[in-house]
Amino acid sequence: MYSEKVMECFMNPQNVGEIENADGVGTVGNPRCGDIMKIYLKIEDNTIKDVKFKTFGCGAAIATSTMMTQMVKGKTIEEALKINNEAVAEALDGLPPVKMHCSCLAEEALQAALWNYAQKNQLSIEGLNPPPNYVAEEKGSTEEN
Amino acid sequence: MIYLDHAATTPVKPPVLEAMLPYFTENYGNPSSVYKLAQRNKKTLDDARAVVARHLGAEPKEIFFTSGGTEADNWAIKGIAAALKEKGNHIITTNIEHHAVLHPCQHLEKLGFDVTYLEVDGDGLVTPEQVEQAIRDETILISIMYANNEIGTIMPIAEIGAVARAHGVVFHTDAVQAVGHLPIDVKAENIDLLSLSGHKFYGPKGIGVLYIRRGVKLPSFLHGGGQERGKRPGTENVPGIVGLATAIDLAYQDLAAKNARITTLRDYLIDRIFERIPYCRLNGHRQQRLANNVNFSFDFVEGESLLLLLDIEGIAASSGSACTSGSLDPSHVLLALGLPHEQAHGSIRFTLGEDNTQAELDLVLDKLPVFVERMRSMSPLYEDFVQKNS
Repeated sequence: MYSEKVMECFMNPQNVGEIENADGVGTVGNPRCGDIMKIYLKIEDNTIKDVKFKTFGCGAAIATSTMMTQMVKGKTIEEALKINNEAVAEALDGLPPVKMHCSCLAEEALQAALWNYAQKNQLSIEGLNPPPNYVAEEKGSTEEN
Repeated sequence: MIYLDHAATTPVKPPVLEAMLPYFTENYGNPSSVYKLAQRNKKTLDDARAVVARHLGAEPKEIFFTSGGTEADNWAIKGIAAALKEKGNHIITTNIEHHAVLHPCQHLEKLGFDVTYLEVDGDGLVTPEQVEQAIRDETILISIMYANNEIGTIMPIAEIGAVARAHGVVFHTDAVQAVGHLPIDVKAENIDLLSLSGHKFYGPKGIGVLYIRRGVKLPSFLHGGGQERGKRPGTENVPGIVGLATAIDLAYQDLAAKNARITTLRDYLIDRIFERIPYCRLNGHRQQRLANNVNFSFDFVEGESLLLLLDIEGIAASSGSACTSGSLDPSHVLLALGLPHEQAHGSIRFTLGEDNTQAELDLVLDKLPVFVERMRSMSPLYEDFVQKNS
């Protein structure tokens, strides 16, 4: 079902964790879909110095989280914004069609974290759109997204 | 490999395979042909039919071989709808049926039938009273599964059958997970139509049975030759039929003893999981449950990721998560129990078989808590939970 790369990223995930006093935090997905990704960013000099993730989701979700965070670490914000879901999927040697939405989630989670950073610092980042209205639902919440 | 997905399918037992093989090579005659080679197989079919009938408490004439459980379900439901549509257009079923029942019902809704999907309780049960209350003048069919494939809950079939009989409504049961695992008597249980499938009780895939009680008129969907008394044409799958009959016979030998053993193993697994893994729940009725079924939801984690970790250790199981269903929705059965989505996504089903041992379960019990903990350490839901409670 999954490529060797995906299995490798799933079995040995990188960048799992939290960042205290993170410069940007973004959460996308919801329990209805069965995928939630939370990204923490440490940003200095316009560069992503550190990135961590927490993900509730399947093998593809964990793998795309690992791959995306590896790809953006050390990049400038502009460079990171160029990394889209197709790039993540390609870096993983492809995903089954039904799992492509996991790579979209990774892209959106990064953007959500960057948006949060921009809001906090009253910056406007070129090419960064407000995230779609995804918020991690509280248990029991029935909010439709 | 530790195989714990017997509800999905089972291996063919050696005596079953042995019984089937000659029918591929030496006794390959088409039962409809005239010569000895073929006519021998007519008797083979009769014998097989009689064996199946005996184990269901039915008459051989009431047993019809199909390509499997799905075909039997489709035939029963669509057939009654076609036969009785002048009489009424209302069908009663439950919201935890297998898709092979739900989808034909949904198809019939598009054709103008009215379907009531009775809501199960938190354990997955409907009551005979619920069924009775739902019956109307226009009700032509009640279709309720004998035992649920995901959570193992066993329905009060005899009582529901009695209600159906009292009101003159045809009663069908999808018994795919029950046949070969529970004793069944279609007469005593007031069952008019019953579906079963060979590969769920150590028989081959691609072969099943629809039991049709004498007196129930069911039109055919296949038109062709005269096989199965003209009701289900197509050259008979003789090896498959022999396999199914051999398997059902073996399945019902020492059933009580086998069930006692598997129940003990099941309970062992359930108790140890509760002991070793916090924040989990057992899905389905604790007692009124198939002897082999263990279905747990583990909070804060998703099922497919657990299955992958188990698979690497050579442990085969299944999950109710959306990722394993190919759609965005998790198991409709778990949602019907009232589970919130994330709990439905975080479910694992282990279904034991005759060959599983406690040693195998101990291996699973060694790994599973580690895997759950590992996925929890990566989970934002667990992170939130820990923060809220610290």
